[in-house]
Amino acid sequence: MAGTADRVDPIHQFHIVDLFQIGQIGGMKFAFTNSALFMLIAVALSFLLLYAGSAPRALVPGRFQSVAEEFYSFVHNLVRQVLGEEGKAFFPFIFCLFAFVLFTNFLGLIPYFFTVTSQLVITGTLALFIILMVLVVGLAKHGLKFFGLFVPHGVPIFLLPFISLIEIISFLARPVSLSLRLFGNMLAGHIVLKVFAGFIVSLAGLGFGGWIGAIGPLFMTVAITALEFLVAALQAFVFAVLACVYLKDALHPHH
Amino acid sequence: MDAEAAKMIGAGIACIGMGGAGIGVGTIFGNFLSGALRNPSAAQGQFTNALIGAALAEGLGIFSLVVALLLLFVV
Amino acid sequence: MATTTEATQPAGGEATATTEVAHGEGHGAFPPFDSSTFPSQILWLAIAFGLLYLLMSRIALPRMASVLDARSDRLTSDIDAANRLKGESDAVAAAYEQALAEARNNASGIAQKARDAAKAEADAKRAEAEASGAAKLADAEAAIVAAKAKAMSGVGAIAADTADAIVKSFAVATATKSEIEQAVKAALAK
Repeated sequence: MAGTADRVDPIHQFHIVDLFQIGQIGGMKFAFTNSALFMLIAVALSFLLLYAGSAPRALVPGRFQSVAEEFYSFVHNLVRQVLGEEGKAFFPFIFCLFAFVLFTNFLGLIPYFFTVTSQLVITGTLALFIILMVLVVGLAKHGLKFFGLFVPHGVPIFLLPFISLIEIISFLARPVSLSLRLFGNMLAGHIVLKVFAGFIVSLAGLGFGGWIGAIGPLFMTVAITALEFLVAALQAFVFAVLACVYLKDALHPHH
Repeated sequence: MDAEAAKMIGAGIACIGMGGAGIGVGTIFGNFLSGALRNPSAAQGQFTNALIGAALAEGLGIFSLVVALLLLFVV
Repeated sequence: MATTTEATQPAGGEATATTEVAHGEGHGAFPPFDSSTFPSQILWLAIAFGLLYLLMSRIALPRMASVLDARSDRLTSDIDAANRLKGESDAVAAAYEQALAEARNNASGIAQKARDAAKAEADAKRAEAEASGAAKLADAEAAIVAAKAKAMSGVGAIAADTADAIVKSFAVATATKSEIEQAVKAALAK
């Protein structure tokens, strides 16, 4: 796996680099890494988009303001559709999730930039946080009735233990699938991009015939880049929608 | 058999599972499209559900990819 | 070594020599599964996401909401004003239509009256003319009748004179003038 001079290593791009050390607590070392840098860039960009987009306060929005307003009302409509009126309290959270994932996904598509969401620990932390939030909100709103989520209506009593078991397992699988989906999509997409880009480099190294042969992977790389833009937006959307759907369970456990 | 080779073969076999995810996503969008062509006015409201379904189906394929990665890099 | 790797690994541009070292050490260590980086990533995720949440929920989202609310308020008030103005203009248009209809009715009434008056005048004139014509006709007829009667009476007298003269000239029999006149009358009556 070590990057030798004649091979492109598709895994290399996911390496965490410590930009400077902060300290060490009980064997855990904390550092400001490239992943942290890009997280902060994503935060700054998404905040700037909204802040600068709402600055003109024009009645007829310009292009930039339109983008910011679309961004806002897209998530707003999503939350209202899935969660209803009482979901208003969760709108900032869902918006932040969407903005964070979307901007880190898109930043990762720029060459030489680091993809924060291709780190399992990031997506896993976000997913765990969402599920913990669902549990906390559900228990705070409905008390022990919240566990009625695992007891569907109209199931014969002798089937109930199995159904409940399946429901509990599917509930526990949610953070796993939520985090792995985003992580896997971003990771796989970037590996595929890198592999095809590597074909171009290796074919071009063969001389003139290789130059002609490299056109194929070049087109492939362009096409996959376009696909990755779609995937980046789609996965951010899916992440936000699923967070909404899971939160709906906390608000209305009896479905 | 060399353990390294077995890992590679295992990773390859694990990736077959992604084909299932492909079938699932294709089925979802195919059915969505045939439904949308029959009743285009209702299609807009169900597109979000189609995307969620596709994401759920794709997630299972991603599991097999993760298994392959685990075999390659961790085990 | 560092320069050659950088040349062949385009996406690793930001990776410096430190990565190369880590890379060389961690044979098969897949970065996303490398647990030594987890604490700092979680720490920075918490910082970044918390910062984002604070900035968004405190500053950016309320600002955006106020912009959108102001627009929707403005739109609804503008729509209300437009509806009100439209109602007013509709009322004005209806009044105009009514006035127009009234004027048309008046005009047609006046025209009818004028037509009636003209007709009546024409009728009167015609009747007068007819009456005077009929009177003249009657006068003429009367004159003719008188002339005719005069002529007729003249004819009787002449015939009687002639017959008298003839009778006298023959002098066979005498007849009184009254007998002759009677005989002429009888002959004329035939």
